[in-house]
Amino acid sequence: MTDPIVRISGLRKRFGDNEVLRGIDLEIAEGEVVCLIGPSGSGKSTLLRCVNLLEEPTEGAITAAGHDMTGPDADLDLARRDIGMVFQHFNLFSHMTILDNLVVPQQRVCKLPKAEAVAEARRLLAQVGIEGKERAKPAQLSGGQQQRVAIARALAVKPRLMLFDEPTSALDPEIVGEVLAVMKGLAAEGMTMLVVTHEMAFAREVADRVLFLDGGVIVEQGPPAEVLTDPKTERARTFLHRVLHPAD
Amino acid sequence: MDTASEAAPARGRMTARRRRRLVRGVQYAVIAVVVALLAAVADWDRIAQSFLQFDIAADMFPAVWIPFWNTIVYTVLAFVFGMVVGVPIALMRVSTFAPYRWFATAYVEVFRGLPALLVLFLVGFGVPQAFPGIQYPGGVYGQVAIGLGLTSSAYIAESVRAGIQAVPKGQVEASRSLGMSHTRTMVTVVLPQALRIVVPPLTNELVMLTKDSSLVFVLGVTASTMELSKFARNELTDTANATPLLVGGLLYLLLTIPLGLLARRLENREDQR
Repeated sequence: MTDPIVRISGLRKRFGDNEVLRGIDLEIAEGEVVCLIGPSGSGKSTLLRCVNLLEEPTEGAITAAGHDMTGPDADLDLARRDIGMVFQHFNLFSHMTILDNLVVPQQRVCKLPKAEAVAEARRLLAQVGIEGKERAKPAQLSGGQQQRVAIARALAVKPRLMLFDEPTSALDPEIVGEVLAVMKGLAAEGMTMLVVTHEMAFAREVADRVLFLDGGVIVEQGPPAEVLTDPKTERARTFLHRVLHPAD
Repeated sequence: MDTASEAAPARGRMTARRRRRLVRGVQYAVIAVVVALLAAVADWDRIAQSFLQFDIAADMFPAVWIPFWNTIVYTVLAFVFGMVVGVPIALMRVSTFAPYRWFATAYVEVFRGLPALLVLFLVGFGVPQAFPGIQYPGGVYGQVAIGLGLTSSAYIAESVRAGIQAVPKGQVEASRSLGMSHTRTMVTVVLPQALRIVVPPLTNELVMLTKDSSLVFVLGVTASTMELSKFARNELTDTANATPLLVGGLLYLLLTIPLGLLARRLENREDQR
């Protein structure tokens, strides 16, 4: 096998006295789809945000998409181009039109001429099923549409790896599907994806591997069929039971 | 509604609605009495003679348009200077580089704390005395731009800083995660949003500057560089009548009230976003 696209070793993250990550080791292969599940406060979002160094690790080493993220000579701006990120609250640039949300990053980051950037933006918007909204502002779109635009924007700078931080948690249940569908399409194209999610059905269907985090450590991992159906640890069993049968 | 108003008197008390109406009625009555008293007490002939001499008012035109125009020019110049200096100061205030923050904080504290009049004196007389060769570009216009602009820039910097800090953190994270540098993020994402947020306070600053332009007289102005207050005061002296003050005041309002309306409209537009 080739080198892993993400390699995390001995990762620890403290916020003041609160140690959120207590020693994470993780390798992700190119093209792999990995879902991070676990109770809130388990550190899954922090782990994700450490990969592109939106959070600075307290300890440990991270390489991602061929960049030594934690090294002394790390060029994070260059590295982050190769690591797309999708946020729970979309974070589209609220003062720009939908089209500009995709065009401006290409112009500024990839130094593409405007015409090329616009053509690529249109192609990506079509890919995520957004039509006729080019001149609209983000606030005029539904949550599901905004999140699909956010995915397209992340793809606009040609990342090799995509991070998803609870991409459907802020959405109404009936529009979760449209975002998950776009993500499925992306996975099918071979994109490497690290996804923090509560959508167990998505994890089961799309993930190559599921990681269960609790208390800042990876408690259990494996193919979704194993981890989600027949967890080995008591903690994972309890968590999955609560998620899958909330009314019990 | 009807059942409620019928049920309440049964308890021997006024309904809430009748009580509200009574309180409102009392307030109107008090206002009416105060207005009537003022009208009766005031010497209206005297007031009219002091403030409402139409021939004096008419004589001020068209000469008044020059100081009126100068008031606008001084205000705009000072505001432009204030923005050009204030926005970078705001950026320094939120910089991660500590010496920038120290400098910006000191700058804001000094120029916010000093009276605008004193700063104007410093620029008009203090600096030329200390540096004899100095020439302000545009003569008195340059002096005003700097003299009023310095004070204004401190206020503008504080407004813009508040605006920068009001931009949601997620906007910065999204920009950085796309590979945009800190500076690029500031210029492309944060500042455009911050400036939108601070349009109302900046309009307010423009209104304040319109009025502060009345301080320009201390620099010693000629007929062609005179602003509105000085002109009105000269007319007051020449005619021994207060009508010019009324005319001057109305002309100030002609500038500031539309600005206020504009600010409110922009504010509403922002709410709709």
